[in-house]
Amino acid sequence: MIDSSVVDRVLGEALRTGGDFAELFVEDRRMSTASLDDGRVEELSSGRDRGAGVRVVAGETTGFAHTADLSEAGLRAAAGAAAAVARGGTGGRAVAVSASSALRHSEVGTYPETVAKAEKVELLTRADEAARSEGGAITQVSAGYGDSRRRILVANSDGLLVGDDQVRTRLGVSCVALGDTGMQTGYETAALTVGFELFERVQVEEVAREAARRALTKLSARPAPSGIVPVVLKGGTGGILFHEACGHGLEADHIAKDSSVYTGRVGDLVASPLVTLVDDGTMGPEWGSFAIDDEGRPAQRNVLISEGVLTDYMWDFLRARKEGRVSSGNGRRQSYQHLPMVRMTNTYLIDGSDEPDEIVAQTPNGVYVAKLGGGQVNTATGDFVFGMNEAYLIEGGRITEPLRDANLIGNGPDVLRSIDAVGDDFAMGPGTCGKDGQAVPVGCGQPTVRIGGVTVGGTARG
Amino acid sequence: MADLADVAAQVVSRAGDDEEVEAYVSRTRDTAVRVYGGDVESLSSAESAGVGVRVVLGDRQGFAYTGSLDEADLVDVLAEARDNAAFATPDEHVGLATPDGVEAASLDLWRPGLADLPAERKVAMALELEQRVRAGDPRIRQVESANYGDASVEAAVASTTGIAAATRRTACHLSAYAIAGEGSDTQTGGGYSVGREPDELDLEEAATDAVDRATRLLGATKARSTHLTVVFDPRVTTVLLAVVSSALSGEAVLKGRSLFADRLGEEVGASTLTLIDDPTDPLAYGAATHDAEGLACRRNVLVQDGVLNRFLYDTYAGRRAGTASTGSAVRGGFKTAPGVGCRALSLVPGTASQEEIVASVGHGLLVQWVTGVHSGVNPISGDFSVGAEGMLIRDGALAEPVREVTIASTIQRMLGHVVAVGGDLEWLPGIAAGLTLAIGEVSLSGA
Repeated sequence: MIDSSVVDRVLGEALRTGGDFAELFVEDRRMSTASLDDGRVEELSSGRDRGAGVRVVAGETTGFAHTADLSEAGLRAAAGAAAAVARGGTGGRAVAVSASSALRHSEVGTYPETVAKAEKVELLTRADEAARSEGGAITQVSAGYGDSRRRILVANSDGLLVGDDQVRTRLGVSCVALGDTGMQTGYETAALTVGFELFERVQVEEVAREAARRALTKLSARPAPSGIVPVVLKGGTGGILFHEACGHGLEADHIAKDSSVYTGRVGDLVASPLVTLVDDGTMGPEWGSFAIDDEGRPAQRNVLISEGVLTDYMWDFLRARKEGRVSSGNGRRQSYQHLPMVRMTNTYLIDGSDEPDEIVAQTPNGVYVAKLGGGQVNTATGDFVFGMNEAYLIEGGRITEPLRDANLIGNGPDVLRSIDAVGDDFAMGPGTCGKDGQAVPVGCGQPTVRIGGVTVGGTARG
Repeated sequence: MADLADVAAQVVSRAGDDEEVEAYVSRTRDTAVRVYGGDVESLSSAESAGVGVRVVLGDRQGFAYTGSLDEADLVDVLAEARDNAAFATPDEHVGLATPDGVEAASLDLWRPGLADLPAERKVAMALELEQRVRAGDPRIRQVESANYGDASVEAAVASTTGIAAATRRTACHLSAYAIAGEGSDTQTGGGYSVGREPDELDLEEAATDAVDRATRLLGATKARSTHLTVVFDPRVTTVLLAVVSSALSGEAVLKGRSLFADRLGEEVGASTLTLIDDPTDPLAYGAATHDAEGLACRRNVLVQDGVLNRFLYDTYAGRRAGTASTGSAVRGGFKTAPGVGCRALSLVPGTASQEEIVASVGHGLLVQWVTGVHSGVNPISGDFSVGAEGMLIRDGALAEPVREVTIASTIQRMLGHVVAVGGDLEWLPGIAAGLTLAIGEVSLSGA
């Protein structure tokens, strides 16, 4: 994207005031979306963002500037602005980057930009028809298609020069159902780090019908219970729990600032021995996968908790450098306009040995969550919440009546310790993780699990 | 530096005879300072600009954007938007805004001094904030971050239908996130101050808020499940209002996605509730002279004495509803086409202070913060369930702190069960003003 001799000069400029480390991140991102709502294809949108961010580290301080001007003059101006934090430093040094051996990029079958817009639009009309065919109570359907191609180049004053080409495609369907008790909603998403061949793996109609079914089911839902009950999470639909309940607390930036309940706990038993938690950026086409992270480090598989014992945190370049180790491939950023920080990739709990049906059968009373929504955690206290988008009562070891939406609330370390059954039906799902104002695509996964007790925030008088 | 109105006009001038074209151009200059442990952790400064183009071709609309103002990109983005229009379903209501004769308010939202302020001053404020939080209470164990940020945002919109408007505003903020500890107990709290220029920032208020919010939760336990009256802190009230606002969108109503559909003229809340969106109030954080389609912003009374009075519309939703735009088009920058939204939502305040409301409630929960709003509140069904932390109210006074509980009801029930509206109105960041609000019959789920 940028000639390597230009990269050398830009990094040299960035170090001119005496910085210890400089990095150039160049990004060219194209996206296209199409949306259908209220039975109409409302809008196709397409866009392009191109630019570069320059980071200069001097001691404990990072200077950052970004520009949409990718000429040498534009890049050098950004480098000069980022270098201002190192003012008063001495010397500077020459930089010579050299291209790393070719990395294996995500495999793309069909680049979305080669697909006719009409073909993308047709997916939406198919989704609309499929959702509405689930019944007259479906009163509204919206469907959204999106693809993005993000080409990045990362170079730094250690001589690194690498690139990646990341293609992602997604489809989401959201439905409203109307019944005697008012309106209910349901949604379903399919999203992978692949090209348009997503739709060879995923049936549009199935995604749409799932969203419609979820809304229809809740028309007869009763208020969720209020208080502490055992909760069974269906495999593949509740990985967000582990992302929130402990993933964020294992990010090294929180650890370095002593703002995580997991600070200083490596080697300790922090969860039920049934829990083995992994973060893995190499996980095939999953939503959080990539060849290199946004600091140029190859993605890797990191075991965070092994049979209940905390084994390691997740690291980006800066935090790792401070500890004299290497990054774990978790340095990510939303765009060239953002500084990288420690982020998850695909985070999941690995299979146990219990039969999912048996787990339910051996739960006398509780809540069965068939779809979790978003969540949020306070890493310093470990307290988290997440929403139930499809849930049922468990009575006498059987899944019975559907429940209205409510949040679950708990404490990460408490919940990890109270997991008392782990199934063998592991599956993944896509999500968007927000941290410090930056959104990045992530994957979450788990088999069916039972939590001994968690607070369900419903309204049912008990 | 390019004049944004010229750039917008230039794009529009390339429109073909059979099409309507609108260009929205914006430029943002921002600075972000983060300090930690007495040092600058990061200092970012940047300028970004781009253009979003809508093309209406017959009864179809297309959109495209580019994060650049380069001549070649401006040509490409128009062509791309035009091409996109060909694939939309024809809709007779699609169309760009036309001047409606409403005069824009005269608001002074731009402080030229912001751009000239040296980075050293910004860093010094963040360092001072961190220091004050640390010194604010011996139980403050850590200041996770102290931040200064500012932005100067300029925008221009022009169209072939006669729209030509330009807006500009500055904003800055100080914020700190404190961690308090006592024994093995840890609690957190955030404080901030916002203004249009640094002189309007209240460093002491931001520091005190972070310290108080973190320390007063020390010793918090999970309360027992019950039904009670909750008293929302002003910050929490803004969260509730923001959710309610999405159900007041005329577009949501037209598409069957609002819990207020078919309720115009009906009682939707307690008679003490009057809800107004007024971006022409210069005190509002979201104050604006023009909406995202270039029409003048105006005062809209949405709920009057508990009765639903009006929905908000942009040009498209207004046409479809057989009415006109209420000047309520918003967009998330140049990368998205406009939609309907509030900018400056506020309840008409009562007279009581928070202390008086706590005393009048007798028994209940003062909620100082809520979590999980995006996952637990559904503005279509009205289901409301959020994580909450705060202080129990016993015998009319604040008692022990509470954490890791949820409060739940439905938006419909909550509006009907408002028992007190505070007089402590304050404009907070975001689209709504806060004030103390007491709501009865709420379920608390805890131990």
